[in-house]
Amino acid sequence: MASLKALKIRIGSVKSTQKITKAMKMVAAAKLRRAQEAAIAGRPYAERLEAVMASLASKVGVTEGSSKLLAGTGRDQVHLLVVATSERGLAGAFNTNIVRAARKKAEELEAAGKTVRFYLAGKKGRVLRRFYPNAIAADHELGQHKVLGFDQAREVADDLIARFEAGEFDVAHLFYAKFQSALVQIPTGQQIIPVSVPAGSSVEMANDGDATVEYEPDEEAILAELLPRNVAIQIFRAMQENAASEQGSRMTAMDNATRNAGDMIKRLSIQYNRARQAAITTELVEIISGAEAL
Amino acid sequence: MLHFELVTPERLVRSEEVYMVTVPGTEGDFGVLEGHAPLMSTIRDGDLLVQRSAGAVPETIAIRGGFAEVNAKGLTVLAEHAG
Repeated sequence: MASLKALKIRIGSVKSTQKITKAMKMVAAAKLRRAQEAAIAGRPYAERLEAVMASLASKVGVTEGSSKLLAGTGRDQVHLLVVATSERGLAGAFNTNIVRAARKKAEELEAAGKTVRFYLAGKKGRVLRRFYPNAIAADHELGQHKVLGFDQAREVADDLIARFEAGEFDVAHLFYAKFQSALVQIPTGQQIIPVSVPAGSSVEMANDGDATVEYEPDEEAILAELLPRNVAIQIFRAMQENAASEQGSRMTAMDNATRNAGDMIKRLSIQYNRARQAAITTELVEIISGAEAL
Repeated sequence: MLHFELVTPERLVRSEEVYMVTVPGTEGDFGVLEGHAPLMSTIRDGDLLVQRSAGAVPETIAIRGGFAEVNAKGLTVLAEHAG
């Protein structure tokens, strides 16, 4: 049996660990609320943009001259997987799940004979280097920014579009964790380039009687300007979802850790008390038998 | 009154009833009053002038990148940066 002193030290160390996990949980809970608010605040813009894009795209249609962002390069060989992860660990399976989703997609694509490259946005996606050391196109760190703003998303989007125009890839997918609740985050993959236009909302817009809408300059010019903006917005949305998911995931993980530490302290205390009692009993037996021997 | 909304990716900046808004369109500034014909225009970086009532001193909001849409519900300006 471990000595009394060793047990006492052990209990102390578990207690301080518990304090840390508890504090992290509270911080995550506070940050989660803020991240959720930010995600909700960003919704109107994304919804408006999507509606406008859909109505424009259905009007203009995909022709020879349309932007490559809409029509694609005409090939389907090189796929770029944009993996958006967090900058910090200790968030449960948050990053692991995103990376796993991306790897699954990569394996599918490779099985179909496609070339797969990775674009890492966030530090914790770097584990992919181990599996695909030669397929990392870029490693974009977001750590220096305390609050993720639209500018960071824009940076990533501009970089992506430049690479797309340089012909580095044909199709881009974006991986992130969709926030559902503090307990549930769904790793999601979606295609961002070429832009897939939602078909459902275009019908709704057409009924709006916007046949008389005047366009300045014209539909195609507006669409050409909106397409890159749409990529940035999708990345921004993913970042916001990710931020909320990360905090939610961390909160849950730290709550579990705090509870585990509590259980451990309980178990160790019982062990400690037993050891102490055993020591007292032994001492008493020694004294009594000593007295009897006299 | 004209229903005016200014939205950025980060938040809904304004949603209010105003008299007139002057928007810096790519092909020239245009003023929007209540009952304006449906219009969609890209905007250039510049100042949005908001008049709360007729003859009032316009309030200036600097905006960058985006587009404006006028429909039956009012005017919506989607900008990357505002204020």
